[in-house]
Amino acid sequence: MTPIRIAFLGLTDAAVLVAAREKGFAESEGIALELLRDTSWATLRDRLVYGQVQAAHMLAPLAVAVTLGLSQQPCALAAPYKLNVNGNLLVMAPEFAVALEPDTSVRLHDPLAMAHDFAAAIGLHHRKPIIGVVHRFSSHALILRYVLASAGIDPDRDVVLRVLPPSLMVEAMRAREIDGFTAGEPWGSCAIEAGLAEAVAVGERLWQRGVEKVLTFRADWMEANAETVDALLRAMAKATAWCDDPANREELASLLSGAAYVGQPAALIERALAGCIVARQGETAVNLPNFLMFGREATAFPWQSQALWIYSQLLRWRMIEPDDAAPARAAAVFRPDIYRRALASSDAPMPGASMKVEGALIDPLPIGAPRGAITLGPDRFFDGRMFDPARIEDYLAGF
Amino acid sequence: MRIVIIDDSGARATVLEEGLRGAGYDDIHVVLPRGAFVARLERMAPDVVLMDLGNPSRDTLEEMLIVSRALAKPIAMFVDQSDDSMIAAAIDAGVSAYVVDGLRKERIKPILDLAIRRFNAFARMQSELEDARTQLADRKTIDRAKVILMAQRGLSEPEAYALLRTSAMNQGKKMVDIAAALITANDLLGGTP
Repeated sequence: MTPIRIAFLGLTDAAVLVAAREKGFAESEGIALELLRDTSWATLRDRLVYGQVQAAHMLAPLAVAVTLGLSQQPCALAAPYKLNVNGNLLVMAPEFAVALEPDTSVRLHDPLAMAHDFAAAIGLHHRKPIIGVVHRFSSHALILRYVLASAGIDPDRDVVLRVLPPSLMVEAMRAREIDGFTAGEPWGSCAIEAGLAEAVAVGERLWQRGVEKVLTFRADWMEANAETVDALLRAMAKATAWCDDPANREELASLLSGAAYVGQPAALIERALAGCIVARQGETAVNLPNFLMFGREATAFPWQSQALWIYSQLLRWRMIEPDDAAPARAAAVFRPDIYRRALASSDAPMPGASMKVEGALIDPLPIGAPRGAITLGPDRFFDGRMFDPARIEDYLAGF
Repeated sequence: MRIVIIDDSGARATVLEEGLRGAGYDDIHVVLPRGAFVARLERMAPDVVLMDLGNPSRDTLEEMLIVSRALAKPIAMFVDQSDDSMIAAAIDAGVSAYVVDGLRKERIKPILDLAIRRFNAFARMQSELEDARTQLADRKTIDRAKVILMAQRGLSEPEAYALLRTSAMNQGKKMVDIAAALITANDLLGGTP
């Protein structure tokens, strides 16, 4: 058995890692998997960068930022496998949300209208709203900035974005230190269930097939341990398929609810797994079948165009200086070549291309693949824009 | 040189502060990571910030280090990356240190070495304390089980103790587990005491 330690945060989207360990998928590939829970992304990042763990459940933008030298010690990271897609909630205190569309189902399905209501609500609020984000370099924060800006809100001027780890958000709401937050589940549902907040937007309606947590290694370690990496990815693929099966949902929710993982009630965790989001305390759930995705439509495949979209957002929000070499370095964080190598002999879906125009699919599209065919789901952004990874400057000029 | 220690367990901060004062540093401040601690920290303009690697407030602090205009110079964890062994020791001890850019390595090293030693000493102290607590709790459980056996089987104290020990050995379990099972069974059966 090869011992592997992976750091994670207590979130529902750590499901694939938890299943890989608890359901024996890692063990059957000869890996003694140890999962190490952290509270903050800084700790998780340092454990990975300084070698206390071999891999981490990481925010995709953080993996890009560390590689580009934006988050403490620069270190080339590599992400050959996406652990999930979507799964985030933006929630706001009822006092703020009162100015938004009252029908929560309508509100969640029309984020563009919500953004304009949000702009009006800022003016009505007694102070500049403070919104908790889990990290500067998180998909949540980047997409929140994008949504707010679509309605003319300057996210650096008109609101305060306060960084807090996801598991501390509910307490911060209770103490009125923040007026709302965007985080991975189950933390949004926990705040809703406590009556502290209501759902304002869901990640799935902002970018239908976004990018969220990625299994991340140090690039040099990954290159030096090819066999172990391949075995780990095979275990991940099996765990992903297990997590995707609705028959296992209840067991998965129960596993995640354990004190060593998420430590919250299974019923709250199951909401995200089932795509049944209760938007306001006591209401009937809104059905969002793609709320959190693990394996369907080759979800785990690391499209390099998505790493470049992250880079484009770092540029857009002036978090990085333009640099001719940076796009290639950002794209290289995502490693479809390793995904293909590790899973060549498995039945995991295997796209032939490594990049695509993001946001171009309105309807499901069958694509060519070396083995069988894959259908990609609609991947639109909430405002209908398309991101062509070959034309980043044009894309940014359009805003 | 101004050193700020961010810590929510008072004990570790005290252990570290005493060590630093003993080594001749006198501009030391301890800050609790609550509420508006970031604004306080900004006003203090520290040269070095020391905190537990696993402290949940590190994301909030790092965001401040990026956006703060009050801090003219960037602060990074471990400014000098050349000393790998020191960084490894710090990470293992659970120390994270943010240091103002431009501070020379020779001035940082003694502070970090001291922090590593104190963090390690504190961790040892904690685990010894934990052991002592467990031992005390175990002894109380065994004493209760002995009392039950003495009352219900009319045994003397050494006989009750011997019975518990033999049962533990025969079943390959710890004495405290046997004692706890006995207490539970006794409670369920409504026995006294």
